[in-house]
Amino acid sequence: MAETLSSTPKVWQLRNRNQQLLSWFIWLLGTALFVYCWQIVSESTTWFFVWDAPRIAADIGGRMIPPRWSYINELWEPLWDTLNIATIGTMMAIVMAIPIAFLAAKNTTPSTKFVRPLALLVIVSSRSINSLIWSLLLVSIIGPGVVAGIVAISLRSIGFIAKLLYEAIEEIDKNQVEAISATGASGLQTLVFGIVPQILPAFAGITVFRWDINIRESTVLGLVGAGGIGLQLNASLNVLAWPQVTLILILILMAVIFSEWISAKVRHAII
Amino acid sequence: MIKNPLLRWALLLGIVLYLYLSVGSLEINWSRIYAGLDRGAKFVYGFMNPNFAGRWTDISEGMIESLVMTVTSTAIGIAISIPIGFGAASNLAPLPVYLFCRGIIALSRSFQEIIVAILFVAIFGFGPLAGVLTLSFATIGFLSKLLAEDIESIDRSQAEAVKATGAPWWQWINFGIQPQIMPRLIGLSLYRLDINFRESAVVGLVGAGGIGATLNTAFDRYEYDTAAAILILIIGIVMLSEYISGYIRAGVQ
Repeated sequence: MAETLSSTPKVWQLRNRNQQLLSWFIWLLGTALFVYCWQIVSESTTWFFVWDAPRIAADIGGRMIPPRWSYINELWEPLWDTLNIATIGTMMAIVMAIPIAFLAAKNTTPSTKFVRPLALLVIVSSRSINSLIWSLLLVSIIGPGVVAGIVAISLRSIGFIAKLLYEAIEEIDKNQVEAISATGASGLQTLVFGIVPQILPAFAGITVFRWDINIRESTVLGLVGAGGIGLQLNASLNVLAWPQVTLILILILMAVIFSEWISAKVRHAII
Repeated sequence: MIKNPLLRWALLLGIVLYLYLSVGSLEINWSRIYAGLDRGAKFVYGFMNPNFAGRWTDISEGMIESLVMTVTSTAIGIAISIPIGFGAASNLAPLPVYLFCRGIIALSRSFQEIIVAILFVAIFGFGPLAGVLTLSFATIGFLSKLLAEDIESIDRSQAEAVKATGAPWWQWINFGIQPQIMPRLIGLSLYRLDINFRESAVVGLVGAGGIGATLNTAFDRYEYDTAAAILILIIGIVMLSEYISGYIRAGVQ
């Protein structure tokens, strides 16, 4: 009898039956969701334009080459503005992010029940909203220009810097802090001599990393009127001056590579 | 700290000089800023009393479009990122494939989503498809790069053990490598889902679909209460999805 029961030998499987069914169910659900979403996208798409896309892409590509090199003389000043937006914006963000990070870290916050959630809310709000949306808001409040860009970049960077910094503060070595406070140091002295030296390398790394991101982001803020090289990009796009667009894109690429090189160099020197 | 005092002072002097020059080149229109304070107060007031009802049909349509774009583009992006991620891992791919895949990653990472969106809108026309393609393209650069780095740092002995059983290439990938990178792949995909949702609010500014267009209109009409409602919804959805993805990631690892 036992022979007949096991006539089909058991083949090895990675998962047992329930796991297999669950895995199929998740795949089915995911696929159905994707198909449903794709249908909505498809309904609001003019497919005629999409079938025409290769021709248009070739057409635009043809117009973009060669870049109009003579236009570069009008781009030095916007490029300088872009650099300033990123740099001053990062500096302002640091000033605001440091106290928020100390309020948000579990081991330095004055109260975990009241102040910490508030600081975390500031961090989440700042992080969820893209710098372009911040600039949109600021352009409509304080008017177009470089200042709107600087404030937008700094508001967006607060959350980023504060989040990474408070995580660094939470990971510090407690013994050093205890050793300092055991000497009879005041609260401020403990902060300056016990905590700050431990987080300083992380802080410098975070700052340079964010500055690098901010250079990228500040190149496009001009699209909504917040200054920098994006203004020229927008103006060139509006008059369909594709050779100028190419030149600006090349310049943006150079700026991005340059900032990435500097930030890699600085981070290397710190670590 | 920098040991060489000359270098230290030169650096400090350079920073001061830069600040002097850059702040000097700012053209600050104080009267315009002063006039804007009133609007700023209005925005803060709008944040206290967000108006969800006034333009609810616009808001809900834009929100649904954003969510739909997020799901579609993340799915497409992941599907393309996995082969490219494998191709960009130096311990798996032959050199020509490696260089080709690294090239795609570098291309995708060098330009901001918004610039890609402008080009795609010009090529594919207005609408969410341009946004979906933009976000998928951006996903490739992010996900493939991190996936390739993860594959490069796997435990070789496990993959070798599978190979020693005589498994063909496909089974080697499936049982030797895939189980090692799966938790991280799921974590990264969920993280990218968050990012794509945030970015989907932005690509709408240039006509690539999503909530961005609604938001732009609200600012243009100075309807700060509606704009505040949209921003609160975005923040809420981001917080919710961060919470859920943290939960799933903890379960996977």
